[in-house]
Amino acid sequence: MTSLAITVLGHDRPGIIAETTARLADLGLNLEDSSMTRLRGHFAMTLVCAGPAEPSDVEAALSGLTSDGTLSISVLAVPEEPAVASTGTPWLLTVHGADRPGIVSSVVAEVAAVGGNITDLTTRLTGDLYVLVAELDLPSDVDVAALDAAIDDVAARLGVGATLRRAEADDL
Amino acid sequence: MNPLHVDLGVTGSVLDVVRAPAGVLSTPSPPVDPTAPEVVQLAADLVATMRVSPGCVGLAAPQVGVAAQVFCVDVSAHPKTRTSHGTFVLCNAEVVEASRNERAREGCMSVPDLTGDVKRATRLVVRGRVPLTGAEVTVTTDAFEARALQHEIDHCAGLLFLDRVAGAHALHQRQTYL
Ligand SMILES: [Zn+2]
Repeated sequence: MTSLAITVLGHDRPGIIAETTARLADLGLNLEDSSMTRLRGHFAMTLVCAGPAEPSDVEAALSGLTSDGTLSISVLAVPEEPAVASTGTPWLLTVHGADRPGIVSSVVAEVAAVGGNITDLTTRLTGDLYVLVAELDLPSDVDVAALDAAIDDVAARLGVGATLRRAEADDL
Repeated sequence: MNPLHVDLGVTGSVLDVVRAPAGVLSTPSPPVDPTAPEVVQLAADLVATMRVSPGCVGLAAPQVGVAAQVFCVDVSAHPKTRTSHGTFVLCNAEVVEASRNERAREGCMSVPDLTGDVKRATRLVVRGRVPLTGAEVTVTTDAFEARALQHEIDHCAGLLFLDRVAGAHALHQRQTYL
């Protein structure tokens, strides 16, 4: 089955989510996973929904939201992603320090180099402080101590601090 | 002998663990008579079910589909444990004192695909009754046992860790690890 991936981006105001989800419900679409935040003050939402609608129908149904030009919406048909079991371990990477170009790219390059997958990422710039928090899935054969040292090296060259720690939840 | 630990005198059966969105998980459970034979049996069943579930450090009656304020706990083998009272069961438990909140990531057998960051007290005093004898006990604990007790008392109140998640981005999809 095909899903629809919908992104809504633009000027924030109260009611965007209420209007969007009402139109999707009218179309019989089932809202599955979604994530919304404000990025530098901009409203930014991504939704994945399932249901019997064509992307063009959804765009038409959401056109009321984009008519004043402050929001842009995209609708894309996407295949269902099979659930993939990981053989690795979950980690949390935090980087923070004075803002400068290349912090994210240099740090995540180290993660990619060992085949690590980033499963969640937030970066924030407030004043001169830059913060990155990423959830990583590291393959079981990764030498974590070596990765940690490589990230520390890169971080030191950029003048920022980095912490890599296990992100395992405690089952209760 | 500590009145917290009693030989229940019955053999527990392993029960099926129910998963959200089962109604029993989000409905407050009634208090029980800790001396009633069916409560003693339930206590033994909870312990038996906890024992066969890998990594399980606590189980509350609503998680086996029974609306009752009963749960068992055993954090003795967990690396984050400081104080541990071993394996025990409490009925009608309530928090008397709680302080020093810390945030940590929790999972739950009844919500197997998600985890969440939850603030819990790390210093805790709980009062409850022991099954079979009905003795009233006060448990003073800390760290991981404190977290487990609050999580199980929440289950008895119809609350999941989902109700306590620290923010919209404090809910996480659990990877399935082989
Ligand atoms: Zn639980």
